Amino acid sequence: MTNPIKMKKIHPFFLCCFLLMNCASNEEEVYTPMPYNLEIPTLFATKLIAPIVPANNPLTEEGVALGKKLFFDRILSGNGSQSCASCHNPKKAFTDQQQFSTGVQGESGERNAMPLFNLAWNFDERFAWDGKEFGLEEQALEPVSNPIEMHANWKKVTERIQQHPTYPNLFLQAFGTSKIDSIMITKAIAQFERTLISGNSKFDQFLRKETILTPEEQNGFDVFMDEAKGDCFHCHGSDNNPLWTDNKFHNNGLDATFTDVGFGNVTGDPNDNGKFKSPSIRNLAFTAPYMHDGRFSTLEEVINHYSEGLKKSATIDPLMKNIAKGGVQLSTQDKADLKAFLLTLSDNDFVENPSFQK
Amino acid sequence: MKNILTFLCVSIFIFSSCSSEEENINITLNYTHNWDGVPITNQDLNELKFTNANGEKVSIENLRYLISNISLLDAKNYQLINFSENSGTSFNISNLTNGTYTLSFRFGFSDEDNIDGAYQDLNSVSFNVPGMLGGGYHYMQFDGKYADNKDEEAGFNYHSIRAVDKTNPDNLKFEDTSFEVNLGTITVSNNMKVEVKVNLAEWFKNPNTWDLNELNTVLMPNFEAQKIMSANGKSVFSLGEVTP
Repeated sequence: MTNPIKMKKIHPFFLCCFLLMNCASNEEEVYTPMPYNLEIPTLFATKLIAPIVPANNPLTEEGVALGKKLFFDRILSGNGSQSCASCHNPKKAFTDQQQFSTGVQGESGERNAMPLFNLAWNFDERFAWDGKEFGLEEQALEPVSNPIEMHANWKKVTERIQQHPTYPNLFLQAFGTSKIDSIMITKAIAQFERTLISGNSKFDQFLRKETILTPEEQNGFDVFMDEAKGDCFHCHGSDNNPLWTDNKFHNNGLDATFTDVGFGNVTGDPNDNGKFKSPSIRNLAFTAPYMHDGRFSTLEEVINHYSEGLKKSATIDPLMKNIAKGGVQLSTQDKADLKAFLLTLSDNDFVENPSFQK
Repeated sequence: MKNILTFLCVSIFIFSSCSSEEENINITLNYTHNWDGVPITNQDLNELKFTNANGEKVSIENLRYLISNISLLDAKNYQLINFSENSGTSFNISNLTNGTYTLSFRFGFSDEDNIDGAYQDLNSVSFNVPGMLGGGYHYMQFDGKYADNKDEEAGFNYHSIRAVDKTNPDNLKFEDTSFEVNLGTITVSNNMKVEVKVNLAEWFKNPNTWDLNELNTVLMPNFEAQKIMSANGKSVFSLGEVTP
C-alpha cells in the first residue's frame, strides 16, 4: 500500500510547510487580536441558524472596538461634521427618527434611515431598503462617498485616518498592519455592527417565561398570527423566528404607481418594482417614522394602511389580502391590541446598552 | 518529527484507498417543474401565463415546498425546495452501492416530524405555522395571482399545512395531510441523475378541480381546503429521466 519512494519526495515539502507555519505564527503572536465572543440570545441560538460572520473578517475585540470608534467618528465625512451615528443613533435603535436624513451639505435623501440590529442574521446579506448592498462590509462603503450623505472621498478619508495619532496603532492591533485602507475601515465598522444584537424585549421575556402578556397584547399577537386577520407573520416572523422579518422584498401596497421603484432598480426586473425590504418589527417604539420613505408617523397609520389603505399595482404582493376593500379590515379593538403587541417587541436594554453608546 | 510525518502520510494514503468505487455511487435528485408538460423555471414568474383546469389564468410569484423522509437518505431528513429562488431543487445522495432502490419521499412533514420550532433552518426562513393552527411547518407556500371571474387580477395563497378543524377552538382536531410519494424503483449501478417531475397544474386539477374564485386566500385554517390540496398533490410528482 505504501510507496517509500514517494514518501521521500513528500517529506521536504511537509517540512517546508511546517517551517513556514512556525514563522507565521511567530509574527502573528505580536499582533494577534483577541477573538470577540458574540453573545447570542438564547432564543436566537435555539431557533435560528448561526449568524453570518465572513471568514475573512472574524470578530475580534480589537476589530469591534475600532469599528465602534469609527462608527462614532466624524472623520469619515467630507467636512468632518457627521459620523455614521448622526443618522444611526443608538438611543433610537440606530435611526434618527426623521423621515429623511440630512447629509453634510444639508441635502435630504429619499429613504428613511434603517435601524441597525441583528444584522448578522440577514442570511441573504442584502442590505438597505432596496437590497442594493451585498454584505455589511460593502454596505459601509456607500454612505461615506454618497454625495447627499457623508460626501467624502475615500482616498482622503483614508489619508486622514492614516495621519491620525491613534488610528494606525488601532489598525495594527485589529488587523496586523498599520497601513490603512477603505477595506479595513469597513471591515472594522461591519464587525461593530454585527455586535448590535437586540433580543431582550418584553416579548422575548414572555417567550422565555419570565413575564406574561396583558390580554390586549396577547390578542394583538393572535391578530398578528391569524391568517384571517392581520396575517403579518408571513413576512414579519413569529415566535419561532425572533428576527421578526424575512429580510425579503415585497410590495406592500403603498402606491398604485411608483416614484421610487426600490428593489426593481437593483434587479432591473420590472416585476420587482415597488418592492422594499420587510423591516424587522422590533424596536418600533424607537424607530418612527415608518416605511422606506417614512410616510407614516405613527403605528396607527401603519396598521390602518394594512387594514384599509392598500393600493393595487401590478407587483403588489399576493400576501396582501382583500385589496378591493383596501386590506384586512381589522376592528378598532384588534388594531389597538395589535399595536400593544408590536410595542412588546421594543427592547430598552438594547437602546441603553453602554457597549453601543459613544 | 520524521516519524510523525511518515505516519501522517501513510494514514492519509490508506484512508483514501479504503473506499471502493462500488460503495461510493452518487446520485443527484433533480426536481424539475412543468405546467402540464411544458417545462417552467423561475424565469416564468409573475405573468398570467398558465391556465388551470378551471379555466383561470394563473401566475406564480413565490413557490417553495418541503419534502421529507427521502428514501435513499437516512430516515430523518428533509429538503426545502424553493422554485422561485431556484434553490434546493437539486441535491446529491452519496455512498450508495449497486442495487435496486425504491424512490419515495413525503410531501411535507408527517405529524411525527412536524415539531413546532424544531428546525432552525426552516425557522430562519419563516416557514412556520402559527401555534393557533397547531404549529409545526408549512408543507408548501404557493403564492401567485389569477384573473378572477371579473377578469381582474387577484392574489392567491395556496398554502398547504396539516389540516386543522377549528370548529371548537378549545379542541382543535388535526388530520395529517402530508403524503408519501412513491416513484417506483430505480436501478443504481453508476453515478447518475434522477429527475423528479413536478407538474404544478395538478394542484388545481386532479381529482378536484380547484376554483380560485372560491378558494384563494386564508386557506391555512380551512380544514376542507387542506384535504383537497392533499388529494390533488398526490398526482403532482412523477419519475422523470434517469441519466448517467
